[in-house]
Amino acid sequence: METIINEFKEIAANPKKQLAMYKKQGKKIIGVLPYYAPEELVFAAGMVPFGVWGSNNKNISRAKEYCATFYCTIAQLSLEMLLDGSLDDLSGIITPTICDTLRPMSQNIRVAMGDKMPVIFLAHPQNRATSYGLKFSVNQYTNVKKELEKITGKEITDADILESIKIYNASRKARREFVKLASEHCDVIKPTVRSAVLKAAFFMLKDEYTAKLEELNQKLAALPICKWHGKKIVTSGIIYDNPVLLAALEDNDIAIAADDVAYESRAFRIDAPEDIDPMMALAKQFANIDCDVLLYDAESAKNNRGEFVAKMVKDSGAKGLILFMQQFCDPEEMEYPYLKKALEAAHIPHIKIGIDQQMHDFGQAKTAIQAFAESL
Amino acid sequence: MSEEVKVPVKAAKTEVSPGVQALRDVVENVYAEAREAKKRGELVGWSSSKFPCELAEAFGLHVVYPENQAAGIAANRDGEVMCQAAEDLGYDNDICGYARISLAYAAGKRAAKKLDSATGQYVIDPNSGKPLKDDSGKIVIDTVTGKPKKDPKTMKPFTVVDDLNEIAKLPEGEEKERRTAALKSYRQMVMPQPDFVLCCNNICNCMTKWYENIARMHNIPLIMIDIPYNNTVEVENANIEYIRCQFEDAIKKLEEISGRKFDEERFEKACANANRTAKAWLKVCDFLQYKPAPMSGFDLFNHMADVVTARGKVQAADAFELLATELEEKVKTGGSTLPFPEKYRIMFEGIPCWPKLPDLFKPLKENGVNVTAVVYAPAFGFVYNGLDEMVRAYCKAPNSVCIEQGVAWREGICRDNKVDGVLVHYNRSCKPWSGYMAEMQRRFTKDLGVPCAGFDGDQADPRNFNAAQYETRVQGLVEAMEVNKKVREGGK
Ligand code: SF4
Repeated sequence: METIINEFKEIAANPKKQLAMYKKQGKKIIGVLPYYAPEELVFAAGMVPFGVWGSNNKNISRAKEYCATFYCTIAQLSLEMLLDGSLDDLSGIITPTICDTLRPMSQNIRVAMGDKMPVIFLAHPQNRATSYGLKFSVNQYTNVKKELEKITGKEITDADILESIKIYNASRKARREFVKLASEHCDVIKPTVRSAVLKAAFFMLKDEYTAKLEELNQKLAALPICKWHGKKIVTSGIIYDNPVLLAALEDNDIAIAADDVAYESRAFRIDAPEDIDPMMALAKQFANIDCDVLLYDAESAKNNRGEFVAKMVKDSGAKGLILFMQQFCDPEEMEYPYLKKALEAAHIPHIKIGIDQQMHDFGQAKTAIQAFAESL
Repeated sequence: MSEEVKVPVKAAKTEVSPGVQALRDVVENVYAEAREAKKRGELVGWSSSKFPCELAEAFGLHVVYPENQAAGIAANRDGEVMCQAAEDLGYDNDICGYARISLAYAAGKRAAKKLDSATGQYVIDPNSGKPLKDDSGKIVIDTVTGKPKKDPKTMKPFTVVDDLNEIAKLPEGEEKERRTAALKSYRQMVMPQPDFVLCCNNICNCMTKWYENIARMHNIPLIMIDIPYNNTVEVENANIEYIRCQFEDAIKKLEEISGRKFDEERFEKACANANRTAKAWLKVCDFLQYKPAPMSGFDLFNHMADVVTARGKVQAADAFELLATELEEKVKTGGSTLPFPEKYRIMFEGIPCWPKLPDLFKPLKENGVNVTAVVYAPAFGFVYNGLDEMVRAYCKAPNSVCIEQGVAWREGICRDNKVDGVLVHYNRSCKPWSGYMAEMQRRFTKDLGVPCAGFDGDQADPRNFNAAQYETRVQGLVEAMEVNKKVREGGK
């Protein structure tokens, strides 16, 4: 088990190495920015989808030529890596535009990349579950597919996509399973490990990843369920993969029972149907995602998302919730008051910790985590 | 029918032309009619500024516009307290200032004059008011402090935030009366609460969650028209089809909300009005092409209110046409509403900082800089024919178009309106707008050969504006324009 965990850790900590490795294998790699790009199509095209969600080890410098300071560091640092050569091995990048930062960023990236690499634009529909919304998704995904085909010079067949969907569904299932096992075995799967295992998925071919993860899951399932004497919480937010933050959780005996995090469970909650037209299946997969800060809630008058998260906390047996608020992320910020309302109604304590990927001073965050752990 | 309701309008404070007055009256009436309608128990909707107003007009529904309201609240200097009130409700101060003001308002927060609870008197802000002048018009100096004395008549109470829900819960009596009387009563602060919300995210995605929050607060229906962001100048047919279907769904939902059938004829009329308004708006904007211009481009920012709140109404079209006639006359006689001689002409990029309009204007005036181009001109002047073209028009909002379209709009008006430079507002509130301005600036300089300067600010939250920085940037721009001018003149 140790070996598998270390492999995941190694991959999560060295995406650049992964990139170079795939490149060396002669594979083409496609960058995938947040959120909800149909990665299945990249895989179906025989290429490697590669998650680009900023970095904890870079400084914003070149990106300043394109964007003011009041944007999330995820977007700024993703652009930075495209500009500073870190991502030169990519054969293209997909730019979804579902938030107000990603809209202009898609333009900046297209301009900045010029002839360097194809930038594949993607606009998701918000009225996504209606028949016309599904049709629009299919249309957008078809554009993505065509662009990918231009890169490989090969047609992506329905059979390829269906095969890819199956692999992705299996991968999502394995990750959901892992999240459960991680809670049951939180003495082994500490926050740092949990984060690394889930993060590695963004830098690996999903079949390879899933095989490894299933192996880990099996080993975990064979262990007796741990008697945890520390605290269990649910995490929420866009991303919280900073080693210092994760260590702070561990130092305070905090285990993660479940998460409502874009980089983690929000990315694999919903599967694609395997028994319909594969492009429509991908559209349905997106349409079926709900209770998400980035997506329109057709039952707007209800507090569905807040209540969903509160229920998750209860169902997972967690005692509280830590919201890692990505600075300058207005979708998360807009939903905070109603998340708070739902948590309070369910008597769930929570804290909100402001973070970004350029954080150097963790003093406040650490103190807040410690105080919260003590209060639970 | 909303157009037939006649509501008396308060006399304007300053002398303005009949056209400008008509434009003011139109907006005043939109608010007044909504208040009257609410009193009669009719429904009032809140709508985002680029929701297809023609749809609600077809049902004769009363609609008001939170963005216009928030701008008004900010211009009335209550932006900061309302933003703060939203922050106290948990909305982060990174969120758009309009959204914060609107959410605080939707939650029942209101700007009010500060009361002394012991005396029941208002607490006067010693920093407010204008200097006292003697009979000869000279400023009176306080012999004790050596500073000018304040004219007590112009001094105002501090502003605080009160809560309608709290006031409603008070028992009848003096406190309730006092607190109610202390609430500010300008039109944006007495806008009726919504019975339904109309959201179109062509302006931004923030709108989506902003309106969902309002729907939750009031437990009311929301109609969502989603306009996907565009990467090309041409709008694909797939987008048109997707949006057209949403228009059809919106009509069904409006039928449910209003309990009325869709009135095709009224819809046609609203479309005709919207087209007339757009044409007249463009005509008015085009007067800025004259050198010197017969007006200040800042005037357009004020007239935007009509385009936002009333473009589907015949009165707005009439008022813009009247203004156009006046401007035509001004051009003939060589007059201008600009209160200083025009030395330089610039494009002002972005929404102005409403709470700081005088600060924005000051260095421009000092340097003879007239704003002769604003992107709102092409961005709101949509003329269309038929439903599909209407859908296309709504795809083209300032923040829903690709960089090439954005640049083309701006460079088009910069050329037509002969600007010497560009002043860019990096607006903290508006991420999609400010997000590609740096690249746009580079293109303006390259394509037009004009200098650009940027400054940091905010459309509604005065805390994000720094007057000193702004003045320095304007100064820099003026110097660069001066150099350009000399080079040009020298080359002749
Ligand atoms: S962190 Fe927030 S603002 Fe940044 S890309 Fe994600 S959703 Fe958009």
